[in-house]
Amino acid sequence: MLELRNVETFYGNIMALKGISLSISEGEIITLIGANGAGKSTTLMTICGLVPARRGDILFMGRPIGRMEPHEIVALGISQVPEGRRIFPLLTVTENLDMGAFLRKDRAQIARDRDHVFSLFPILKERRHQQGGTLSGGEQQMLAISRALMARPRLLLLDEPSLGLAPLVVQLIFRMIEKINEENRTTILLVEQNANMALKIAHRGYVMENGRITLEGVAASLLDNEDVKRAYLGL
Amino acid sequence: MKALSEFKKALIISLWFMLLTFPIMVIRVNTIEKVVEWRWRNMAFIGIGSFLLSFVWRYLLGRKEKGRKLAEAGSVEARPFSRRLLDEPRIYRPALAAVTLFAVAFPFLFSSYQTNIMTTALMYVMLGLGLNIVVGLAGLLDLGYVAFYAVGAYSYALLNHHFGLGFWAILPVGALLGVLFGILLGFPVLRLRGDYLAIVTLGFGEIIRLILENWNEFSFGPSGIANIPRPGLFGIQMSLNEATIYLYFLMIALCLFTIFVVNRLQDSRIGRAWIALREDEVACQAMGIDKTKTKLTAFALGATWAGMVGVIFAAKTTFINPASFTFLESAMILSIVVLGGMGSIIGVILGAFILILTPEYLRAFSNYRMLLFGTTMVLMMVFRPQGIVTNVRRIYKFRARGRDGEPSQA
Repeated sequence: MLELRNVETFYGNIMALKGISLSISEGEIITLIGANGAGKSTTLMTICGLVPARRGDILFMGRPIGRMEPHEIVALGISQVPEGRRIFPLLTVTENLDMGAFLRKDRAQIARDRDHVFSLFPILKERRHQQGGTLSGGEQQMLAISRALMARPRLLLLDEPSLGLAPLVVQLIFRMIEKINEENRTTILLVEQNANMALKIAHRGYVMENGRITLEGVAASLLDNEDVKRAYLGL
Repeated sequence: MKALSEFKKALIISLWFMLLTFPIMVIRVNTIEKVVEWRWRNMAFIGIGSFLLSFVWRYLLGRKEKGRKLAEAGSVEARPFSRRLLDEPRIYRPALAAVTLFAVAFPFLFSSYQTNIMTTALMYVMLGLGLNIVVGLAGLLDLGYVAFYAVGAYSYALLNHHFGLGFWAILPVGALLGVLFGILLGFPVLRLRGDYLAIVTLGFGEIIRLILENWNEFSFGPSGIANIPRPGLFGIQMSLNEATIYLYFLMIALCLFTIFVVNRLQDSRIGRAWIALREDEVACQAMGIDKTKTKLTAFALGATWAGMVGVIFAAKTTFINPASFTFLESAMILSIVVLGGMGSIIGVILGAFILILTPEYLRAFSNYRMLLFGTTMVLMMVFRPQGIVTNVRRIYKFRARGRDGEPSQA
């Protein structure tokens, strides 16, 4: 579904991605783990077109998207939950969700999708007239995920959904990510620091270090890998 | 204990103010008798005054803080008083009728001097609504808005001077040139935001003014262009008084048109894109909103109105020169938007009337105009930063279902 071939991304003169290759098939949950500054978020931003790749190819459903504008990429069906949630603080929960459906015009279906995300996260329904900025961190993360789902993505990119959340909330969010993947058949690329949690729900995983992918494999085998255990799981 | 610390704070404030105002309020050099007068009594007044005012000040601040906490807890209805007033048909219907009646009767009740002032105020309403698109909705701080106003005015003056084109032919041209210059300004600032954007727009405004001032062959320089014809009406000859009244009604019509369009824009897709852009640029892009297009349309659609008002300004005063398009003018329009309430149409209209009409009717205090203006602005920003009328967007309801079937509100 999504394929990156030797993608190199620069911030000015600094090379952030030093030739990344990865592939995601339809219906998978893939996780990208690694330490701070490994280039996980940059990989996501490159896929979204927020930071253009200088070299290499990015293919989505067989189409090259490396040179496209961010809004064109969203229109193709790639939706992003940005790092740090970035909900619209002064808009209400409902308005935030409507923003997620910005490119869609099928009102009836949008209303159904809104009911669907409210069924995933009932707390959002209770707070639907509240401004996004007044929600708690966990609720904001739920809103950010819901907002991304409102675009009906084929591929959902999640950037550190566990960031700054209490362990119980993290568990809830991860259960929901699994559920979204199972019920909607949405393909998910999950970038996480919390390697343990991420590898438990993912099918496959990639380990990044200093702008390179150093290890890849089935999630269960990565969980058992001695290097991964030592470096990222703290075992 | 708390009272004592409050007392101490107030005391320090009053001492500070006595020190600050010492040079201007206490010392006076009498140049005739060549002596220095020490007016100690003024100092005492200031000390007592600021001591008392500091209590009022902190009481109001405390009240505001409490109000915000209540609002955050969600226990009070988040609709402000001014909004409730506007939502209540029993109040706003007669009010609207009265305003309409007053607006229609105004030029026949008052002198043409008064009508002129009112026309000016209406022009600022339109300018304010235009800038409101850029600043209030899209959140792009534009300090050079007056440039588009100048573009409109000069397009009428010059096209009329060289080609003899009339007011009605140029009005759309002025609007189009506004759009063009809006886009022209938009392109270089696409990547900028906040302070940087403000500085570039400020520079843009000054560039346009300096070009008009110095390019004598093109714009006749600082001496300006005179004898610009007033707007015509099917070639009917009008006396000065009639022309004033005609312009007044023309302005009312254009204001209504602006209000209609801006209101529609606000609730449109592009309006939502502007709001998203204002709230968070990255998230806005993640929603699939074309940032470039959104920013450019904000600048272009904001500048349209300034271009049109520029044409009217030239036709109204029949003489223009670059001195009418200084930074102070941009600041004035921005103040209208901020004072009125960013993003709120009613607020901007009120803001324009207050800021333009008050100085006219308070000519007696004209020496203190800037002082009052400054004080009002500071007080507004401290106690009511959201402006006179808070912008509340429409609440959309979707099919009420099951247990939570509250009444809908559109």
